[in-house]
Amino acid sequence: MLSKRIIPCLDVRDGKLTKGIKFKGNVDIGDPVAAARAYYEQGADEIVFYDITASSDARDIILDVVRRVAETIFIPFSVGGGIRSVEDMRAVILAGAEKVSVNSEAVKNPNIIDEGARAFGSQCVVLGMDVKQVPVRPEIPSGYEIVIHGGRIYTGRDALRWAREGESRGAGEICLNSIDADGTQEGYENDLTRMISTAVRIPVIASGGAGKPEHLHEVLTRGQADAALIASIVHYQTHTIGELKTYLHQRGVKVRMEW
Amino acid sequence: MIGIIDYKAGNLTSVARALHYLGQPCEVTEEPAVLEACDRLIFPGVGAAGEAMINLRRRGLDRRLREWIADGKPTLGICLGTQVIFARSEENDAQCLGIVPGSVRRFPGDMRDQEGRFLKIPHMGWNRVLFSRSHPVFADLPADAEFYFVHSYYPAPADPDYALGWTDYGIRFCAAIARRNLVAVQFHPEKSGAPGLRILANFCRWEGNDAQ
Repeated sequence: MLSKRIIPCLDVRDGKLTKGIKFKGNVDIGDPVAAARAYYEQGADEIVFYDITASSDARDIILDVVRRVAETIFIPFSVGGGIRSVEDMRAVILAGAEKVSVNSEAVKNPNIIDEGARAFGSQCVVLGMDVKQVPVRPEIPSGYEIVIHGGRIYTGRDALRWAREGESRGAGEICLNSIDADGTQEGYENDLTRMISTAVRIPVIASGGAGKPEHLHEVLTRGQADAALIASIVHYQTHTIGELKTYLHQRGVKVRMEW
Repeated sequence: MIGIIDYKAGNLTSVARALHYLGQPCEVTEEPAVLEACDRLIFPGVGAAGEAMINLRRRGLDRRLREWIADGKPTLGICLGTQVIFARSEENDAQCLGIVPGSVRRFPGDMRDQEGRFLKIPHMGWNRVLFSRSHPVFADLPADAEFYFVHSYYPAPADPDYALGWTDYGIRFCAAIARRNLVAVQFHPEKSGAPGLRILANFCRWEGNDAQ
């Protein structure tokens, strides 16, 4: 059977990690390529790069990072952030990424999902969704609303409807980020994850809230996620990816234990 | 020199990058003369079978590939490359190369896991391969090795002698094929970490004899 995937997420700005990542001996590194290689060796199943470079003139910097990562690690990786067109997607894929994730741009221009899937195949297109819990109202029957720009702008789109629409437009995967849980380290939004994961037939990566190994276990079992995105829990050396996988493996979650 | 067959089926550079990392000289090319001169071939690809066949025929590579494999050139198929080696594919109802008897089928839409939940398609992620016999290209792999898959269609060889490795996802399907100088896998060795690199390194040294 398919293993559940454990996916570290690296935030990159102007070609550097936004926060230093600590590895053995508390060595602080700021180079995304070195960090990706370290996580590859620790048993990451995939790696996500999120480019938060503000200026669109600086697009070439992330492409250079992608090229160097592709020469160094031999597992799939995806790039998100600042993807505004099929041409942006093509540049990232040609530089060596397997997948491209679209988030705010897909909300503003949903056709980018269809066009990306037609050009590169659904397996290349990840729909990133930032979600906040809100009171149920007619436009938001699920009680979860899609937000953009880090949660500052409410879009009036229902998360469940948007997930289904993204799937029917050709997204091959959903990366579901709970803005409420993000950064809390108090656990994933399991109810939201389960609701989305059982409503679509494409894989769902849960994101936001991982602080303890138990949180990964909950979201991969009760939350029915296909994969778990992690950040602080490994970046600050609270746990290694190997420790997290051993914890899950011992509790009957199928994860890749040989790498 | 290893020839990576370019027929505009997705981004073929990831295989080349893995070979560079292994220190193996290779060239991504659609030129039959260049491929002819290579001592081994890799036939990768991501995309749809119908369009892949159109692109192969347009370059005359369908006929040449049959010849090269018949002549004994060690050849490794990967993902879509593996699928179009079969006689036909349910994807676009495409007539394919017919080098391996059998067809490529779509995963049934109603597969469920033990808890009764629908299995997602594509089959995307890491899974095991159970090898039914030893083979030089698949030597020295850890027993619990997993490989990276992403596909909605699976190979179904008509002759069980071709099947070397099996994977479970709702059904048990053939994930690795071997016959004389041909090996072919449904997963992506170039994206499967150390065990995948091991397969590529083994292939680069392989003389093309099946150990059977």
